[in-house]
Amino acid sequence: MTTLDQIKPGNSGIITKVGGEGALRRRLLDMGLTPKTVVFVRKVAPMGDPMELYIRSYVLSIRKEDAAKIEIEVKQDVTNTACACRKSKQR
Amino acid sequence: MSQILLALAGNQNSGKTTLFNALTGSNQHVGNFPGVTVEKKVGQLKAYKEASIVDLPGIYSLSPYTSEEIVTRDFILHEHPDVIVNIVDATNIERNLYLTMQLMELQVPMVIALNMMDEVINSGNHIDTEKLSKELSIPVVAISAAHKEGISDLVRTVKKVVKQNTAIEHLDFCKGEVHRALHAIAHIVEDHASDAKIPLRFAATKLVEGDVLMQEALHLHEDDLHIINDIVKSMEHALDTDREAALADMRYSYIEQICKDSVFKKQETYGQQRSEKIDRWLTHKYLGIPIFILIMLVIFYLTFVVFGGTMQTWMEEGIEIVTNQVSDWLDQAQVSSWLHALIIDGVFAGVGSVLSFLPIIVILFFFLSLLEDSGYMARVAFVMDKSLRKIGLSGKSFVPMLIGFGCSVPAIMSTRTLSSERDRKMTILLTPFMSCSAKLPIYGMITAAFFPNHTAWVLISIYSLGMVVAILSGLILKKTVFQGTSMPFVMELPSYRIPSLKNVFLHMWEKAKDFLHRAFTVIFVASILIWFLQSFDWQLHYLDDSATSILASFGNLLAKVFAPLGFGDWRAATALVSGISAKESVVSTLSVLSGGDTGLFIALQSMFTGLSAYAFLAFTLLYMPCIAALAATKRELGSWKEAIYTVMYQTACAYIVALLIYQIGSVFL
Repeated sequence: MTTLDQIKPGNSGIITKVGGEGALRRRLLDMGLTPKTVVFVRKVAPMGDPMELYIRSYVLSIRKEDAAKIEIEVKQDVTNTACACRKSKQR
Repeated sequence: MSQILLALAGNQNSGKTTLFNALTGSNQHVGNFPGVTVEKKVGQLKAYKEASIVDLPGIYSLSPYTSEEIVTRDFILHEHPDVIVNIVDATNIERNLYLTMQLMELQVPMVIALNMMDEVINSGNHIDTEKLSKELSIPVVAISAAHKEGISDLVRTVKKVVKQNTAIEHLDFCKGEVHRALHAIAHIVEDHASDAKIPLRFAATKLVEGDVLMQEALHLHEDDLHIINDIVKSMEHALDTDREAALADMRYSYIEQICKDSVFKKQETYGQQRSEKIDRWLTHKYLGIPIFILIMLVIFYLTFVVFGGTMQTWMEEGIEIVTNQVSDWLDQAQVSSWLHALIIDGVFAGVGSVLSFLPIIVILFFFLSLLEDSGYMARVAFVMDKSLRKIGLSGKSFVPMLIGFGCSVPAIMSTRTLSSERDRKMTILLTPFMSCSAKLPIYGMITAAFFPNHTAWVLISIYSLGMVVAILSGLILKKTVFQGTSMPFVMELPSYRIPSLKNVFLHMWEKAKDFLHRAFTVIFVASILIWFLQSFDWQLHYLDDSATSILASFGNLLAKVFAPLGFGDWRAATALVSGISAKESVVSTLSVLSGGDTGLFIALQSMFTGLSAYAFLAFTLLYMPCIAALAATKRELGSWKEAIYTVMYQTACAYIVALLIYQIGSVFL
């Protein structure tokens, strides 16, 4: 069990719990970051933050401080679309 | 007014504007929703003349947290559109249907326009629209807004739904505990909802979510609220989650279930694959920022030097020709000299100098639309976010601030695309601290007179001073005026798309119209006012020499105020006041009051010391922007009061900084 901000680019996990409160939390849920959803971390921005996620067939960016409020169960060798392999080669 | 009212609702980046333009052509009217600075576009359908359509803001949900979402639900609840046209991006159908689920609960007849179906099919994927339509009990029309495919189908379906007027009844997408809670609460608030004319299902859902706005709208008793809370608590307990997560989960589970039967996806669409490849460069770890800077430099070069600059010269020449022509006519008509001056020196010179900005604004918005519509603007926000976060803004504010170095007017106008009202206000306030190009002549004049050997250093320090003041202001404002939580930065990075020229040109035209409207209203009046103050004395005698004008007497008064800053000279003070009409006027006014260009140099030496000249530079950098920028500020903030506060803040900053420079400098020098 870890949090989303700890996931390295090229890896995925399954959301187990969404923390935070108020507008932020609602926004996370509305954008599809709900429990049991698979998230793939594509990359981080040039300055190291925010991070780029692939979720529910679209691309979402989210700040690390907010990602820290999302609990994740790490999935080993996930074949979440081809981009996973390409990205990990690049890094 | 036409009798049929349609509402166009959908996610951001779903092609909503493109569909709106395809449906209405150029027959549209832009305004604001009452009380907020959320843009409201209304248009008449080309193929259905009896109907007008309102382009609601692009949203992802109907939560009570953003003005865009509140405006949308209020519009649908209070204006009672006949049909909601819900545009859904087929390439991203799961998240798009999330809003659909909430719109359905409003129980207004609905049609789903399934956009970008061509991309889905071309990529070898498939969506069974019939099955989807049956599952949702809502007509689904596959369209491609960008290629104008399926638009007439859509209009035909809308007409049919208007005629049938079938309210949405199929709402059984709740299960188990949520279902029980929803129906128990619906039972309690049934009367309240019908009194408040709010669809019962929508009311019940929002109450389960803990929506405060809904609690207020229904005027619930304490007792009812207690019972509702108990119901929700037992639901939360049974599901081992909380109210908001339970409903989000319910909606997404239902969507997953219907997508399993009707959406067949083998791979990411070509558009998505292409976007990922493009992003390998544009958001690259090392190249992302340099590429962004390069793109902005090219845009600046093309805008201010190549196209805009040239067109500005033409515009100025054109205005001059017209002005001279009118001047000749006035001479022939033998009008009195003051009327001649009012028209030529007041109106034509004032409005003319502002109008000459028009080409730059139009060209700049051409490029900005390209950045926005292509999807790159979201990447800018992504790449630059961290740099602005410390001052309480997000990466989205970076572009307006950058444009501020060219001209504050388009910079302020471009804050419209910021999604949070708080960020918008703060960006509008800070942008004028970025030294605009109209201030360069002032810097040129002062450096030539006082720092001829250190021009570069003076300029660099002035530009940096503006940025430092913006950063400090941001830090202070974040802790005081703009304290509230900022909009969460949870932002979609949409697939890159080739911008439609029609959208870009409509956007340009809109901004040009907006600017022209201001040039002939606010700026027109202000130009006359400043001319009047400059040309008359208190006895209302028309003057040839402005040294005894009303403006000059203000200058004398202001000189005392400016004395602690080191430039307590009436000419300097008067020049600053006239600089409000346009910054470069500071130079011309100083020149006129000093008896022409030859006397200017000597006069400057008598007005300033090196130190006070620098304080004067700092003041001109920071004090209130020109009328055109003030008018844009008012337009974007939506109220004169806030606009006045904004310029008062800026002027106060200018005073304090110049004061500190002069007083502290005096100790050391």
